[in-house]
Amino acid sequence: MTHANTSAVVCRNVGRAFGTNGTSRQILTNIDLEIAAGEIISIIGASGSGKSTLLRALGGLDVGFTGEVLIDGTAVAAYDPRCAIGFQEPRLLPWATVTDNVAIGLPEGTPKSTATARVAELLDLVGLAEAADHRPREISGGMAQRASLARAMARDPEILLLDEPFGALDALTRIKMQQLLLDVHAQTGTTTVMVTHDVDEALLLSDRIVLLDASPHTEGATIANIFTPPAPRPRASHDPALVVLREALLAGLGVEPLASSKG
Amino acid sequence: MTTLEQTERLLETTSPATPPDTDGTGTALNTTNPADTTRFIDRKGVKPAVGFLVPVVLLVAWWVVAAAEVFTAVQLPPPVAVFEAAVGLIQRGDLWSHIGISVQRVLLGFGIGAVLGMIFGAILGLSRWADALLTPLLGALRAVPSLAWVPLLILWMQIGEDSKVTLIAIGAFFPVFTTLYAGLQHVDPHLVEAGRAFGYKGFRLFKTVQLPAVVPSIFSGLRLALAQAWLFLVAAELIASSMGLGFLLTDSQNNGRTDRLILAIILLAVLGKITDTLLGLAEKRAIARWT
Repeated sequence: MTHANTSAVVCRNVGRAFGTNGTSRQILTNIDLEIAAGEIISIIGASGSGKSTLLRALGGLDVGFTGEVLIDGTAVAAYDPRCAIGFQEPRLLPWATVTDNVAIGLPEGTPKSTATARVAELLDLVGLAEAADHRPREISGGMAQRASLARAMARDPEILLLDEPFGALDALTRIKMQQLLLDVHAQTGTTTVMVTHDVDEALLLSDRIVLLDASPHTEGATIANIFTPPAPRPRASHDPALVVLREALLAGLGVEPLASSKG
Repeated sequence: MTTLEQTERLLETTSPATPPDTDGTGTALNTTNPADTTRFIDRKGVKPAVGFLVPVVLLVAWWVVAAAEVFTAVQLPPPVAVFEAAVGLIQRGDLWSHIGISVQRVLLGFGIGAVLGMIFGAILGLSRWADALLTPLLGALRAVPSLAWVPLLILWMQIGEDSKVTLIAIGAFFPVFTTLYAGLQHVDPHLVEAGRAFGYKGFRLFKTVQLPAVVPSIFSGLRLALAQAWLFLVAAELIASSMGLGFLLTDSQNNGRTDRLILAIILLAVLGKITDTLLGLAEKRAIARWT
């Protein structure tokens, strides 16, 4: 289950334009990024900066990009089986139980006995064992998001892609989910790429934070900066080093630091 | 005595041979005043029972009008005459064969049409090539009025069961096809993408995501198709048959047997309602399971 040092993501000059009838709009341009196996990467940026577009390219959910995305040295395929995604919305099948929804994530051809045990294990891990037979409409948003995470992990991916997975959750549930993500990562060591617009979330969870912003040279967003939070996890949000980094990140996002926060 | 009990008592006394007295009906109606019904109507069994009230009133009105001889017996025979017509046909052994053959034709035609409608709806709803290739043709065929098929079907298949069942199948095909086809266009693209992201494609994706998502559309299509099947049954039997409820209609018209004619209409209403109710129950269970 551990993929440490076995997989890495490489983006070379990745760009993506959307358009119809000849009018095309460049969303991403000139993205160069290398992700080491086992890293947790956050992609952060203002709305419309192409965060999700980049994530979708990494997972092969969208293969209309230019440039190269390599996983383990080979090009990403459409709906690449080496990746698993946790969407912004849980996207659970409303007619299926939590168990069956998590089982959707299992690789095709998983033997039934293995499947049952694996799903039960994952439900335990995300604390949904008691809700195993519930339908999505019978569980809370936080539980649904945990089911979605378990489904992604059921694929036993080399790369776990998360698109603002905790964005819609209340503050308390979000903290629990972030802790859960770190626990799971500590167990599996899965390379994780997460889109977020929450600066604190990025600071607490990531090995590196990729800031997307409008390219100074051409149309579209590109990597404006990559930040590396100094302290090892778990981190305290009031750590002075993080406070400095937070201001730098906010400045990068175009938010003026408050005078009072300048110690 | 509750309204329900009164209604039930009323229903027990509504066989055409012994029509209820008008006073009884009046009492039953008066007790269902708005203040009571708002809470009472939600109780189990009350709503179906209340649904019988207006038919009962109509029956009584029919009986009164016929008894007053406003129309001739050929124009409007009394309820008793219709009941006696039914008894007569049962004694001759004809009624059950008329009903049996009609039900058989409807079920066969409906089954064949619904299965084909689901197959075509699924293929055209999922494959862009099949969609581009066949949807215009099916749209044009759908525009052909049902009766226009009859001469051709008779020419090809003669006047037998095949031509009738085929006509009914045509009638049942289009509602199922159309609703499934449209339903598949509107499956939540987020769910489909999630399925694809986890490696589902082709039939496996259809079975896991798209088919369960369109269960409600399939059932509304099936119910429309069933109504169409009864419609096309009568069309088929009116034109060319020697048995069945549609035949009973034309035969009675030709012989001036208005009592049998009305009996056939009532039987069509009852059978149509029964089959629709059964399908409705299946629909309810399926929707509870798949949504």
